Amino acid sequence: MNPTPEVTPADECQIHPLSGAAARPGRLLSAPLSAEVSATLASGPDGGAAVRSVDLRVPLLEKNDILAERNRGYFLGRGLVALNLVSSPGSGKTTLLERTLDEFGKQTKCAVVVGDLETDNDGLRLRRAHAPVAQITTGGTCHLDASMVARGVESLDLEGVKVLFIENVGNLVCPASFDLGEQVRVVLLSCTEGEDKPLKYPPIFKSADLVLLTKVDIADALGFKRDVAVENIRRIAPTARLIQLSSRSGEGVAEWLDYLRSLNPQR
Amino acid sequence: MHELGIMESAVDAALREARTHQASRIHRMVLRIGTLSGVEPDSLRFAFDVVTEGTAAAGAKLEVVSVPARAWCAACAQEFGVESGFIYVCPHCGRLSGEVRQGHEMELSRLEMS
Repeated sequence: MNPTPEVTPADECQIHPLSGAAARPGRLLSAPLSAEVSATLASGPDGGAAVRSVDLRVPLLEKNDILAERNRGYFLGRGLVALNLVSSPGSGKTTLLERTLDEFGKQTKCAVVVGDLETDNDGLRLRRAHAPVAQITTGGTCHLDASMVARGVESLDLEGVKVLFIENVGNLVCPASFDLGEQVRVVLLSCTEGEDKPLKYPPIFKSADLVLLTKVDIADALGFKRDVAVENIRRIAPTARLIQLSSRSGEGVAEWLDYLRSLNPQR
Repeated sequence: MHELGIMESAVDAALREARTHQASRIHRMVLRIGTLSGVEPDSLRFAFDVVTEGTAAAGAKLEVVSVPARAWCAACAQEFGVESGFIYVCPHCGRLSGEVRQGHEMELSRLEMS
């Protein structure tokens, strides 16, 4: 995160586009003195300028949203499908991607952008001869944003790549707010977490196009009630597609790969 | 967790607007935050003092307006407001809705300045 820029004289002193004259603070020549602005220059009761109220609609994530749209257009232009994988830490994102690259990646060229606070462990795990991988270390930031993804993607050779997996930072809260320009948002919930995770972290599950219930091979041993988890996912994300799988045993993996094929990556 | 960053962009936007309007001081900022935005109003309030320190918005009042969710029922072909919680059940037919029409808002909606 950048520190808040202070208002410096350099910021406020603007050069008029036509005359080339420098404008002093509070007198921006590029902004004409409209009636509204003139009114504000009138003194208030205490001798200071009158307080004025302005209604606005400035999106707070405008910068990210614009970059996300740029990413989306770039992905579309290249004919590749981008998936944003989000979940708690340790829910099996990297293991699923390892298996996906080994099976699906053999026929369809894939690339991965993976985000973590620190280390390139996941990047090293995912590195394959046929799949370029970019590791982003966010240095403490709790989510990937559109600019990090753009930088990660720039470092990759995307020639022939049809599917881009973006493995987000393990976090069920913050990634919900940040559009990365993905076509599909995949939320993973593992059986080692509680069945009520969707009820506890609803915004992220509500934003899902696809929910993957992972590690189902150990559900019984954990006493994890799959039907309860499924019911909870359905209540929060009734229109999201749901696949139950285990990257280790292979259960449900074929369904996941079919889903990837159904996204119909171009070229 | 990222409320500090969100507040930084809010204050940046406010300072930019203030400059455009040739104001030197911001007295009040109103933000509209949707219940589905994933942003905690309390964390925003905490971040506000930190972020505004030493700027034209120092000492300003922050108002956070919560925007309730609204969902769309395809079966009834109408929108409905969500009173509370995150399970969106159509009050007319009882079906679950996954189509959110409002609640993701995160915006600077009003500025008082001089």
